[in-house]
Amino acid sequence: MVTNVTNFSRSGLYDWMAQRVSAIVLAAYVVFLLGYVIAHPGLTFAEWHGLFSHTAMRIFSLLALVALSVHAWVGMWTISTDYLTPMALGKGATVVRFLFQAICGILMFAFFVWGVQILWGV
Amino acid sequence: MYLTNALPRQIALLPEGTSSVKKAVNSQRPVNLDLRTIKLPVTAYTSILHRISGVILFLGIAVLLLALDMSLGSEEGFEAVKGYLASPLVKFVIWALLSALLYHLVAGVRHLIMDMGVGETLQGGKLGSQIVIVVSAVLILAAGVWIW
Repeated sequence: MVTNVTNFSRSGLYDWMAQRVSAIVLAAYVVFLLGYVIAHPGLTFAEWHGLFSHTAMRIFSLLALVALSVHAWVGMWTISTDYLTPMALGKGATVVRFLFQAICGILMFAFFVWGVQILWGV
Repeated sequence: MYLTNALPRQIALLPEGTSSVKKAVNSQRPVNLDLRTIKLPVTAYTSILHRISGVILFLGIAVLLLALDMSLGSEEGFEAVKGYLASPLVKFVIWALLSALLYHLVAGVRHLIMDMGVGETLQGGKLGSQIVIVVSAVLILAAGVWIW
């Protein structure tokens, strides 16, 4: 049995809700960005740079980056607590799971900071 | 208990479920919870693919951020990314990431539809899984045509 001490909000319901809300934001962002790239076959640097210079796009991108951080954490947490269990790994499962979650958290934080740097560098 | 995407496979793993199973059958009977030895239904395959595609995307963020960083950094960087995208290996990596993204998106939309109470029965679950496979396969093929 894996307890929920390391989850995002110490409440399964909030994590569940955060996963859904962030999913909708990410779906909207992905559909928009894919649609934009498909609609601009011969995309130039000026158009691409102009898109990400727009304040609305910066807000949308930063929102997507926050949603991505939440969504990735909840997803990786769920996977780690389902598979990195004492049943699968024996006694050391808690240590392995904690390390896995720590790496996921640090990696996602690095992605977030990098993403902010990219968006603010435009 | 943490609310996870409720699927038959996962429900079987809940401690409450196992205790009621024991009560209903025979407490001496062994309960098989080893996923590697259980024949999985179609819903389980779409579920595990949703998870695998999620992990691939998590790692793929690094590739996508690198491309975004280069393409927005300078005109030369933008042209360099365009140049990379002409190579078959990069095309394949982008197609693989796009496939994971499209599958994850379609399977995620199905979850949101199921959250609204649609397709929650055993038959509805199977049909929903089949629709996810067909729709995502069509989108993944279309993405491949678009990339090449």
